[in-house]
Amino acid sequence: MIDRDRHLGVDSEPRTIEIERGFLKFFAKATGETDPIYFDEAAARTAGHPDLPVPPTYFFSISINPRPRRGDIFDEDEGLGIPMSRVLHGEQGFTYHRTVHAGDRLTLRQTTRDIVAKKGGALEFVTHETLFENAAGQLCAEMRVVTVVRNG
Amino acid sequence: MADLLTETRVAVGDRLPDHVLPPISRTTLALFAGASHDHVPLHIDSDFARAAGMEDVFAHGMLSMAYLAQMLTRWAPQERLRRWSARFTAITPLHAAVTCRGEVVEIFEEAGEWRARVKIGSWTDKDVQTLDGEAVVALA
Repeated sequence: MIDRDRHLGVDSEPRTIEIERGFLKFFAKATGETDPIYFDEAAARTAGHPDLPVPPTYFFSISINPRPRRGDIFDEDEGLGIPMSRVLHGEQGFTYHRTVHAGDRLTLRQTTRDIVAKKGGALEFVTHETLFENAAGQLCAEMRVVTVVRNG
Repeated sequence: MADLLTETRVAVGDRLPDHVLPPISRTTLALFAGASHDHVPLHIDSDFARAAGMEDVFAHGMLSMAYLAQMLTRWAPQERLRRWSARFTAITPLHAAVTCRGEVVEIFEEAGEWRARVKIGSWTDKDVQTLDGEAVVALA
């Protein structure tokens, strides 16, 4: 069982991450994206973007490159130390406030919001929330991740 | 260009065009692992997946959610997407072909604009639902 007293409410160390254009193109290729605004700078500009926009789910990718240490689901020293073989993705949510583009630098702040046991402790649900702020300190996006830990 | 997504043109019951994807191969998963920074070996290493009690590697949940995002951004530019969430209700096995579907379930006013609530989901070609969620999209 996860030690709630130790982990609940923990704020991860903030990370500042630059959005790499090449990775956005790779992400578009890997997901079979056909809309050129996601991989062609000229098409993005024609659509009114200053550069390639970060697609809706890529915020999850930003949040794990790199992962934080404090409060991380896997980190054995500073996080929850759950083995990768025992986790499943339970839920995922995003709220957007402004579009983010290649070249932007985002600061991520993650908090462990909830830890709930179900099925007599066979499953535990861990909720992390992350705020994404741009270099001007504006909130761009919020993300909620629920990870399922299998104890059985 | 005339905007087709206005509160007078979008109605409850409208279906988004289905987004139909090709079968997911090991190559799909390798590429997505690299591109998405998700290196959890359950999705790319069959030995690891079997040792963890799975039949084989299976698709990242976030791959299907990226497909759902494509369905939404084909319907409305992503600047219109206000918020969305999904529950992962079943794993997506290797070789599955995913179809994403969406339907407008409510038109409402919020924060000074008209918005559509869209029920969204993804299914495998065996008709197993893998994601179940909801999106809120701003109308013009």
